[in-house]
Amino acid sequence: MEYILIIISAIFVNNIVLAQFLGVCPFLGVSNKVNTAIGMAGAVTFVMVLASIVTYLIQVYVLQTLNIEFLQTISFILVIAALVQMVEIVLKKISQPLYQALGIFLPLITTNCAVLGVALLVVKKDFNLIEGVVYSASTAVGFGLALIILAGIREQLDLIKVPEGMKGVPISLVVAGILAMAFMGFAGIV
Amino acid sequence: MNQWKNFTKGFIRENPILVLVLGTCPALATTSSAFNGLGMGLATTFVLIGSNVVISLMSKLIPDTVRIPAYVVVIATFVTIVDLLIQAYVPALYATLGIFIPLIVVNCIVLGRAEAFASKNTTLSSLLDGAGMGLGFTLALGILGAIREMLGSGAIFGLELFPGDGALIFVLAPGAFIALGYMIALVNKINKAKN
Repeated sequence: MEYILIIISAIFVNNIVLAQFLGVCPFLGVSNKVNTAIGMAGAVTFVMVLASIVTYLIQVYVLQTLNIEFLQTISFILVIAALVQMVEIVLKKISQPLYQALGIFLPLITTNCAVLGVALLVVKKDFNLIEGVVYSASTAVGFGLALIILAGIREQLDLIKVPEGMKGVPISLVVAGILAMAFMGFAGIV
Repeated sequence: MNQWKNFTKGFIRENPILVLVLGTCPALATTSSAFNGLGMGLATTFVLIGSNVVISLMSKLIPDTVRIPAYVVVIATFVTIVDLLIQAYVPALYATLGIFIPLIVVNCIVLGRAEAFASKNTTLSSLLDGAGMGLGFTLALGILGAIREMLGSGAIFGLELFPGDGALIFVLAPGAFIALGYMIALVNKINKAKN
């Protein structure tokens, strides 16, 4: 039951992009086409879950045991950057098709604040390892959901006449605002 | 004259948020009021100046192949300093900004300026560039925060402008997206008219 609550809350009620404003850059950057959005969502899910496991272990077994929690920011970002590099190398070796699908998105993920954000939130919310994994996986699903919906809307937006100054980022932001309003409707569930 | 340009280009012409559209996450998340927006902007400015100066000083020492991780470590150091300072001296701000202070590390503007400017220019130019970009960022966040606070709760910096509650939606998430969208559209329009 606890886990179901975490899942629903992370995907719908506290959607990472539309309610918590994490990962807005890739949300605006790679939402032109549904296909690229799906690729990005896959890559983010993969890295986010891995990163939250590794950073959780580091937090508990290294930072807390040595009492050096103030190094959290530095160590987390380095771990995430190294992890992304490693995932890229491993994927290239073991699965060429997957690498081709996700490869170009991987370098972008290091600077995706959603990944570091989730790692920090898992620590801040005092989750245990399993709760942390469930939370990060469902947060990633929420990110993918928002990204794919926006990409679908933007594909349709190409067909209509948008005022000159509103083209590109501004109209996407306004659409995202309306989406966020729709997601606020989930607020009563949990 | 040239140095003056390094300083002022971040205000409007190359404003990191309104023109380059970098660092939108903190711009949306921390601007529920003018005070929070300014606080976030100043924290980022501090990190930008510090990292720009240190990176421009070390640019000859850092091998090209490991420059990005090296920059990230420098930036993370300054972020940790800011994080601890805010926690100690402005606890109210620390409570509202929350995880967005450590997230300055992944703010594209900071790494972007390090890579595009500080690694290639003198320390003084980098200092001015960092200060200008930071103040441009602060300006955009302050204005966005003021607009949202004004429309959302009828106040500015906590001072009541008109009685009543205002449109609450502007303080909540959707208002952030919509207000920033229209702000960027307006700047686009002005820039187009100038050309």
